Amino acid sequence: MPRRDDLSSILVIGSGPIVIGQACEFDYSGTQACRVLTQEGYRVILANSNPATIMTDPATADATYVEPLDVDVLTAIIERERPDAILPTLGGQTALNLTMELARRGVPEALGVEIIGARPEAIETAEDRDKFKQAMTEIGLIVPRSGFAHSLEEAVVIAREIGFPIMVRPSYILGGQGTGIAPDEQAFLRLAAEGLVASPVGEILVERSIAGWKEYELEVMRDSADNCVVICSIENLDPMGVHTGDSITVAPAQTLSDVEYQEMRDDSFACLRRVGVETGGSNVQFAVNPWTGERIVIEMNPRVSRSSALASKATGFPIAKIAARLAVGYRLDEITNDITMATPASFEPTIDYVVTKVPRWAFEKLPGAEPHLGTRMQSVGEVMAIGRTFPESLQKAMRSLEQGRTGLVDRDEESLAAGFSDSELLIACDQATPDRLFLVAAALRRGLGVEAVHQATLIDRWFLSQIEIITDAAEEFVALGADGLTRDTLRQAKRLGFSDAQLAEMFGVAETEVFAAREAAGVTVTYKTVDTCAAEFEAFTPYHFGTYEEEDEIRPSGRPRVIILGSGPNRIGQGIEFDYCCVHASMTLRAAGFETIMINCNPETVSTDYDTSDRLYFEPLTGEDVRAIIAAEQRASEGDGELLGVIVSLGGQTPLKLAHEIDPGLILGTSPASIDLAEDRKRFNDLLAARGMAQPPGGTATTFDGAKKIAADIGYPVLVRPSYVLGGRAMEIVYDEPNLTRAMTTLLGDDDHEGALAREGGVTEDRPILIDRFLEEAIEVDVDAVRDASGEVLIGGVMEHVEEAGVHSGDSACALPPQTLGDDIVLTLERWAAELADALDVVGLLNVQFAVKDGEAYVIEANPRASRTVPFVAKATGVPLAAVAARVMTGSTLAQLRDEGMVPRDRVRPTHVSVKEAVLPFSRFPGVDTILGPEMRSTGEVMGVDRTFGLAFAKSQMAAGSRLPSTGAVFLSLADRDKGAGAEVARAFVELGFALMATMGTAGYLRDNGIPVEKLVAKVGDEALAADAVELIASGDVQLVINTPRGHGPRADGAHIRAACIEHAIPCLTTLAAARAAAQGIGDWASHPLEVITLQELHAAQATA
Amino acid sequence: MTKRTTAHLALSDGTTFEGEAAGALLEGGVATGEAVFNTALSGYQEVITDPSYAGQVVAFTYPHIGNYGVTDLDDESRGVFLSGVIVRDLPPLHSSWRAQGGLEDLLIAQGVGAITGIDTRRLTRHLRNAGALPCALGTGPREDIIEAAQHAASTDGQALAMDVSTPTAYQVGSGALRVVALDLGIKSTILAHLARFATVEVVPATTTADEILSLDPDGIFLSNGPGDPGALDAVARTVADLVGTRPLLGICLGHQVLASALGGATFKLPFGHHGSNHPVKNLATGQIEITAQNHNYAVVEGSILGATVTHVNLNDGIIEGIAVESAGAFSVQHHPEAGPGPHDASYLFDTFAQAMATTSKAGR
Repeated sequence: MPRRDDLSSILVIGSGPIVIGQACEFDYSGTQACRVLTQEGYRVILANSNPATIMTDPATADATYVEPLDVDVLTAIIERERPDAILPTLGGQTALNLTMELARRGVPEALGVEIIGARPEAIETAEDRDKFKQAMTEIGLIVPRSGFAHSLEEAVVIAREIGFPIMVRPSYILGGQGTGIAPDEQAFLRLAAEGLVASPVGEILVERSIAGWKEYELEVMRDSADNCVVICSIENLDPMGVHTGDSITVAPAQTLSDVEYQEMRDDSFACLRRVGVETGGSNVQFAVNPWTGERIVIEMNPRVSRSSALASKATGFPIAKIAARLAVGYRLDEITNDITMATPASFEPTIDYVVTKVPRWAFEKLPGAEPHLGTRMQSVGEVMAIGRTFPESLQKAMRSLEQGRTGLVDRDEESLAAGFSDSELLIACDQATPDRLFLVAAALRRGLGVEAVHQATLIDRWFLSQIEIITDAAEEFVALGADGLTRDTLRQAKRLGFSDAQLAEMFGVAETEVFAAREAAGVTVTYKTVDTCAAEFEAFTPYHFGTYEEEDEIRPSGRPRVIILGSGPNRIGQGIEFDYCCVHASMTLRAAGFETIMINCNPETVSTDYDTSDRLYFEPLTGEDVRAIIAAEQRASEGDGELLGVIVSLGGQTPLKLAHEIDPGLILGTSPASIDLAEDRKRFNDLLAARGMAQPPGGTATTFDGAKKIAADIGYPVLVRPSYVLGGRAMEIVYDEPNLTRAMTTLLGDDDHEGALAREGGVTEDRPILIDRFLEEAIEVDVDAVRDASGEVLIGGVMEHVEEAGVHSGDSACALPPQTLGDDIVLTLERWAAELADALDVVGLLNVQFAVKDGEAYVIEANPRASRTVPFVAKATGVPLAAVAARVMTGSTLAQLRDEGMVPRDRVRPTHVSVKEAVLPFSRFPGVDTILGPEMRSTGEVMGVDRTFGLAFAKSQMAAGSRLPSTGAVFLSLADRDKGAGAEVARAFVELGFALMATMGTAGYLRDNGIPVEKLVAKVGDEALAADAVELIASGDVQLVINTPRGHGPRADGAHIRAACIEHAIPCLTTLAAARAAAQGIGDWASHPLEVITLQELHAAQATA
Repeated sequence: MTKRTTAHLALSDGTTFEGEAAGALLEGGVATGEAVFNTALSGYQEVITDPSYAGQVVAFTYPHIGNYGVTDLDDESRGVFLSGVIVRDLPPLHSSWRAQGGLEDLLIAQGVGAITGIDTRRLTRHLRNAGALPCALGTGPREDIIEAAQHAASTDGQALAMDVSTPTAYQVGSGALRVVALDLGIKSTILAHLARFATVEVVPATTTADEILSLDPDGIFLSNGPGDPGALDAVARTVADLVGTRPLLGICLGHQVLASALGGATFKLPFGHHGSNHPVKNLATGQIEITAQNHNYAVVEGSILGATVTHVNLNDGIIEGIAVESAGAFSVQHHPEAGPGPHDASYLFDTFAQAMATTSKAGR
């Protein structure tokens, strides 16, 4: 059946903010879907609360709602737009759950909207574990022995029947939240209780644990004519027991015979058909008993998933794009394979390389969280690497992680294992942690053997043997020393994925020597093409990876070309915002006639979609790999073709660090010298002083004594932070000398511990620690601007933070336009930003952070690169800052761009308020305190847009997942210094009709000020009063908690309160500023009907205002 | 890891590749044959033991070949008939609960020369453009290998099926129906499928039509096999005499022979179809079947007047299946038995069984 002509408009639901378990893979799939549907001539309506996405660009859909992903809001959008259909299968679990909720409320039926892709019954069969189990049993597939429980009592009965170890999985959750394996009844009781709370329907699955089995996933597609194909098979290196999202995974499956694989393929189709996914992509997960081959179906997702994104990047088959076409009626054989342009999409991709995905975690940012991996996903990002063999792809993945490693085996791996005896090392290998694979490598390098490591870890012997090839080679290289610089050894090494830096360490020579020897011996990288067909057909899509073979497939180019360096794996502090900037640069430069070349290693992103840029190199972002691509592209120039340069300032810190590793003449935009000037404390201070711009007093230090001296000079509290890091890594506010000592110890390390920065280059004169006076209760302001080579400066946006200075800007809510700052101070900040752009000779983006205290402005820092807020500014104002910057960096002036219409003639006058709010991962890490501080910990962001600040703030809270209550009780527990201001906030809540509850001290202060407090609450553990705070939160009698931290020591006293809020999903505000904004929001929300607005309407209104 | 001896692969057009000797490729030894590539990700043992590869050197496009070892259960024939194996990597250790040994041990035991470490993608791209070429692999001087490649034979005009066919008849299975299978290089998986419902009498390729009919079969099966279908005139004549006497199913070479018997022509594809991912459209139902394929020759479109085309390949439009409805004869170019490959087309065996059940009841 061809395109459905009975539909004309389609609502696509996005996945909302980046959270653990649901990251930018859904921006990739959603963007593909929106584009395809638009191309097909449908009116596409998009709902997604995440401003940092490409998907929410006004050009991607016809009507873009950056509104909370909430059933009421979606209902309002559906009522306003009256789409013919809803496509829920490309926005992750969020979109599926919302669609199910809409269906339960009868919204689609009442408004005549069809759900396409997967019907609610199919979604329910796949998602409801009981129904799924029943369905699978019906078609003869084996599922783990299990039972469902809705109470602890029920759970215990089932558990006793099955026997331990037992796996607990809550129903309807994403990313395995609340799941775990219990070895005994005691652990089981705790897990079951947690799981019952985590499940939105209060249901858990109690099942036989199959930890240690091999885990596989098949990515399958089905069309409306019942044609089914497998796109990709994936095998997990980590056996069952570690969440797939936290596992190292490899495509294609490596250790399945064809007989077993084909049976699994049959099973996956049977599963797809029985569940009833009519069209689109799904994935089916299997566990295989390594001793008998018994195969069990674990679960299936009736939608595009994280694995689909990986499978798409791994094979070149664009699952989301095809899924969107299938949803509107096309059959697989009616769609052409983009890559061959000659064969249909109704085939199964085959590949001639190995793909390895390795997750990246952020435990260093979450003190209190145990770095133990299990069935609950905890990673925040991932890298993918392509090699011709598994060892090559694994080593490339390891250096792609950007954790200071040069490959799988290096000094780091040696030092990790140094303290362990052989038996201790094997025991350590058994515990799944972020470092496990390095310990496995260390054990193999020590010669403990594949068998012993297999017995300890149950990692398949094949993978271990392949790792042993790497470790044996490493031993050989160390033994050879500089004698290893021969063609044979270098060729062997490079074909096993060793980097030059790694070889330099092993041979005991400089990296440049390894490179020179390779060049001399002709051992140079060749680029192969990802083509879905193992070269059987000619490929037209220039999607490449580097390897050491005999033939290079890079085609010559006669056009001007620009390389854009991407941002690598998502991590806290560097995520989708930077991918957004890189993608914008690519799109805008292509439109302007340049050929764009993207380098990145993150499979979740839009930037690594093969049709985002003219050429894609799926390669690690290291000096060696980037230099090799630059050289290849320079060789590929023919005729008028020329590599103009490299953009390093849009992908966050990753490409910026690489600026020093490539020819400075090739860097487009702001020069590396200017970048250094902004980071060089001394010179930057002088620059500010010369221009009369104030900054908090401070200095730099590399030692304890230096730090103490500065602090004594400028006075406490001080802000301590390393240079050259993003996301406030290891940043701290300290109030006295003992705490300064502690903070410096953390950074510098001591005899027993390596410093927190050891893996990021350590502390040196070039990379000192910055110590500044901390301005208490100052308002923080961000300004994003673009300057062109002629010196004109465009102010993109001025954002006032909701939380006071001291909370990392990435974790703070902010409003555009500013809400409390006077016009004169805003003008001063804009003028200073422009002057700084001039002084730093910026060509491209500049972000300046200011603090405003008592009406005085201070410069905190200036960064001549894309900032996290660039996409938010673009969404709020309609000015595509990243695109403007890319054009400016390639020679255009702002005046020219104004003529083209890319930059507005007049300053945009906001008619609405846009609020950006951070989304934090605390619910995944029960041991971590939720207090906000100078170290960034949010994983994503949302945006709320409305007529007033209060409404926009309320929307942002709703979008971030903590819907503000409209009635009920507010529980306050305030630090002494917050009590004065807290009283005002409390009064506001009383006026809104809320009842107040408070801890003793807070209650006393409020009552003294004439504010009624209905209930006194004891601090945790205070037996004297009946209602313990935690019990109160658990009871459900409190709808909002305001808890500000006391004192400056370990802020433990409120920790239980905050943990209880997380556990029971009660909104908890930890700053008075946020509480004040919340009161305003609740007030405005009560007096205004819910209104939704598209970005297109917003931008049109503001352009003419 | 033990170091392997450096070896070279040469194509008859003089192109060479650097690699290392593996399998039974001895110091100074040379293996020759027609180089083809197979794009399947799994199923190397089935490919290597498939008699249809006689006279050929198979290059696997997937780099790691040998990961899960080998087992007697996956053998497609009584031995190995291909001339050589080309891989990017032979893993030193295999891992599977099914494995009885390693792939390289099998190659050594069967005397198959192999070469590893080859840029198989470069080779594939070359063959894709130049077509299947004679080749040689060996450890000697590069010039010697090139020369050997220039003297190596292609499969053109070669009746290789006669070499691999069983010398004597034998029986498989004990099903109610009786099938005579004309062995042109039959695979075990095909026999296993037929044996589900039939007692199969496997007869040599030289068996005459009268001899076959004297066995009183319910149906006749024409097997897969190697070489040029154009060189099998005698077999085609036999088949011509059989068409219409009993329900008949042909697979791969059997399909080409049936076409020849019906007066059709065959031609050689540039590099053939060898893999497990080829989309075939069943023209009767409109369904897409992902199929296993292994053939260098195909039936010329429009060359058979008496048959209808039932299946086509969606990649290049070549004929994948024909049927002579009135004669109860049908055949497919692809491999419905899989081994290795997907099971999408296995219904064809059931169709064959049903045809036999219908006619055997009606006929007797």
